[in-house]
Formats: sequence, C-alpha cells, structure tokens
Amino acid sequence: MTTAAELDVAAVKADFPIFDRCCDPDRPLVFLDSAASSQKPRQVVEAMSDFYETTYANVHRGVYRIAEAATNIMEAGRRTVAGFIGAPRPEEIIFTKNATEALNLVARSWGGANLGPGDAVVLTQMEHHANIVPWQILAAEKGFEIRWIPVRADGYLDLTELDRLLDGAAMMSVTAMSNVLGTIPPLDAMIAAARAAGALVMLDACQYVPHLPTDVSSLDADFIAFSGHKMLGPTGVGVLWGRSELLDDMPPFLGGGGMILDVTQEGFRADAIPAKFEAGTPPITEIVGLAAAVDYLGELGMDRVRRHEVSLTAYALRTLTERLGERLTIHGPSEPADRGGVLSLDLAGVHPHDLSQVLDQHNVCVRPGHHCAKPLMRVLGVGATARASLYVYNDESDVDALADALVDAGEFFAF
Amino acid sequence: MSGLEDLYREIILDHYRTPRNRGQLEVPPAHKVEGFNPLCGDEITVYVDTDGEKVTDVRIDGQGCSISQASASMMTNAIKGRTFTEISELTRAFKSMMSIHENEIGGEGEPGTDSTGDAPAAPDGVRLGDLEALRGVVKFPVRIKCATLAWNTLAQAIDEARSDGGASPGSS
Repeated sequence: MTTAAELDVAAVKADFPIFDRCCDPDRPLVFLDSAASSQKPRQVVEAMSDFYETTYANVHRGVYRIAEAATNIMEAGRRTVAGFIGAPRPEEIIFTKNATEALNLVARSWGGANLGPGDAVVLTQMEHHANIVPWQILAAEKGFEIRWIPVRADGYLDLTELDRLLDGAAMMSVTAMSNVLGTIPPLDAMIAAARAAGALVMLDACQYVPHLPTDVSSLDADFIAFSGHKMLGPTGVGVLWGRSELLDDMPPFLGGGGMILDVTQEGFRADAIPAKFEAGTPPITEIVGLAAAVDYLGELGMDRVRRHEVSLTAYALRTLTERLGERLTIHGPSEPADRGGVLSLDLAGVHPHDLSQVLDQHNVCVRPGHHCAKPLMRVLGVGATARASLYVYNDESDVDALADALVDAGEFFAF
Repeated sequence: MSGLEDLYREIILDHYRTPRNRGQLEVPPAHKVEGFNPLCGDEITVYVDTDGEKVTDVRIDGQGCSISQASASMMTNAIKGRTFTEISELTRAFKSMMSIHENEIGGEGEPGTDSTGDAPAAPDGVRLGDLEALRGVVKFPVRIKCATLAWNTLAQAIDEARSDGGASPGSS
C-alpha cells in the first residue's frame, strides 16, 4: 500500500481547511509548527462533529441505544489505535488527556510502587520536561537517582557510557525523537542494552508515532506515550501503551468513577485495564477524532510519510544552508536519515523571539523558545532556538518561504 | 514588512546591540534577583545597590530577545539615582503604557497626542523618555511580557532591598 507513489502533498493539503481559510489573503499560510501541534484534516473534524450530531452520549454507562453506540465507537477507536502501533491487545491502549499525563501515569504508578533508594532511572539530556519533571517529583519522594545519557554537540547521543549508566537502573525512559534536534536515537541498540541491564524501557514517542511507522512489538519497549494532537488528531487525548502484564500489576493512577469494580467504606477494588487507568469520563469525542486521524495517516501510509519527511528535511538542510550560509546554525544531526523534520534554527545576531516575529510577517509560523527542554538548551549553550517543523502538508515551497523570510530577517537585523 | 518598524524602533535596536549597565554587582551589598519568562526562555538577572531610599547602581545580566534586552537597558538608565517612590511611579507609567490595549476595546492607535506622560494611569509628571520607543510593543501582545520582564524583576529586587536592608540570595 505504501510502496507505489510518493506522497501527494497538494492532495493532502487540500484536506486541511485552514490552508484555504486562514488568515492572510495575500500570503499562503506556511505552517511549520507541527511539532507543537499539527493541523487537522476535515476528515477528523467531520468525524467529531458527526459523532456529536448523531451518536453522542457518555460511554460504559447507559443502556439506551446511542449510549451503546457511543461506547462501541469509542472502543473501535481503541482498536484502531492499537492496530496503528502494532499493540498485541487493545486493552493495552490507555487513553489519557495528553502524553504528559501518560508519562506521569507511569512515573507515579509504576515508579511509585517500584522505585526507592538505591534505584536509578536513566534519561537523556534531550528529554522534554514531561519526561523529566515527573521523575524529579518522584525522586524527591522516593530517593532514587536520575542518570543522564549525554547529548553531543552534533545532536547525537553519546552512548559510550550507556552500559555503565544502565548498570543497576530500573527504568530507561527516553525520547524516541527529540522535539528540538529531531534526533532519532538508535532505539534498537539502546533498548537491547536496557534489556541486558534488566531495566524497563519507556519511550516518549510524541514526535515519533506521528512521523514514522511504529510497531511496539518489534521496538520491544515496555511503555510508549504519545499525544493525539501532534498526529492530526484533536487536543485533549493522549495515549499510553504498556505491556499488559506490567499494567495489570500497577496500582491505579487517578481514582474515580469508571476505574473500580467495587467501593465500600473500607476501600475499593480496581477494575481491569484499560478501565483501571481511565478514571472519570474519558475524552470520548477526542478518541473518535484520534481514530479518524489514525485512519487518515494509515491511508497516506506511514512509510510514505517518513520518506516524504526525510526527503523534505534533506531539501531544507540543503536549501537553508545555501541561502543563509555561515550565519545560520541548524542544530541536530546533519544526516536526514538519522532525524525527523524538526529544524532548530539559530540565526546569528537575531534572537529566536525576534526571528519568529519577523517570520510571522511573512505568514511563516515557527516556534521560538526552549521547547520545554531546558536541560538540552543548557547543553547546546543557547537560551532558545527558533524551531521549524515539517509534516505531511508541507512541501518545498514552504521551505523556500522559510528561507526567504530568514534572509529578510537577517537583513532587518543586520548589524 | 509593515508593522515591524513600529516594534523595532532604531533606539530599541541600539539598546539591544549596545546594552547599557550590563554586568554584575557584588552581592552583598547588592541585591540580586533572577527573572524568567518561562514561555520563551528569557532569563534576566537584576543587581541593585541601594542606600535605603534610592537605587544607587544597577546592572543587568542574562539573555533575551531585543525587546526584553532593550527594555532592561533603558530601564537601567531611567532608574539609576532615582528614589524608590520615583521608580515605583515610573514602573506604573511604563506598565500602563504596555497594557493600554486592554482598555481600548475596538480602538486603535494611541489615545494621546503628546508622546510623553500621556498614559492614562501615569502619575503626574512622569516622563518615560526613551522608554516611549517601546510603545509599539502593545500592538504585539505576546511581546508585552518581554518588555515587562526586567521591570517585574526590578520590583522584586527593590522589595527585597526595602524589606531586609541586607544582602539576599537570588530567588525564584
């Protein structure tokens, strides 16, 4: 299905109403901030509004027909997501409000039950704060150690000391693709090393699942967290996948309705997964939207999506370097095959915040700041970068527009 | 690039390229407070020496965009040698200028004719001087926090200087 033609970006773009309707009649919208949140195709928006207009009711409660239909549609969404990432069992898919909650769930539930003094959790220096702070909060309570896999100046991880860092570690929790550098670590080798050391593995796959074919069985991780809104789906829904034998043994995270078998004055009995970890009314319509997004990506073909992004990233690295020369630093690996389409830019003499302001005048949307990765910023020796990120609706014209705007910004701030 | 010249006036770029009163002061006797803009990563450190009534010296350290750096640089020029009360009035006038748009639903442009001391809530006689150049920031609401970062950090430093009179470690 994904071998024949290359991605037809014009056809993809036509599915995204925002490119027709927003916001400057004189200039096309050049949206290069999908690493923060992607745009939504009409298929997703329509799936959600159709559900609201024809079938909406709370799930797992009512006996009336639309309540049953809503439950069935939501659970079909769980199976769709499970299939998309190769999860062996749909109940291993836990819907959360976002990836941050999924990461916190594992830290709090698994970590709270299993970590103590003398234990260690291994992270990389390029983690998003969502995969740092939950561990730091827990470490302050439980007294375990946090160890850091270093990042080299060229954007690759320094794995020379990996075995030593993993020695005695209970968990390696790492990004599957950096949201700042685009770096895709050598996951197979790292996970094998963690396995050999007896550590569990969690992947922050927020930037991975939307952009690369994902098969949790072949990845051999224990937990994977990702968000819906970065993969063409709505905000308000994230996903935790975990091995059922681990999830079965973990204590609940949030308590409330929907996650119990019984409650007495003396205590409660938790339900089985996934209900155990889905207290309260879930983001029903958002799950419907996420399933539509997954279907959409499935039709594009994730192999084709990846090929498109590698090719466009190569074009961007080449074009930006040619147009801006020495003045522009692009952080992260120089080899497109080792990275995703996340380009953290540093234009000499122009602060990223100012740069992004000038780019906005060209209707070019990029993101300035530390990208919720301040430890990495300190390693890179910068306070902030301007990040341009690519997705299925971007093509070479977007990169060209970015290059034009960067040249303009360089002239405006010429010293 | 319409609009950018309103934001990036030449005097702002001048202060950005050549920041005044940049550096550090010895702590103690100086008070040092760090300010952060968690959204964009700007970090600023304000050092103030005081004699109990006025700021006798000030230095700025840290990093940030042209708006935050220029605002900090202009601020140091405006406050050095001024009493706490004068600085408080100046701060109020500056912040009033920054948030003018909040009181002007549906309005546009500037209400005043004279460009000095016309901010609605400004106390009588407060002259913003060069700081007027930052007026254009209100047209770019996300940048207001850049312009006010140094001022909020300064207020904290002066509060600490007033409350204990002695040296204090950097906070938050």
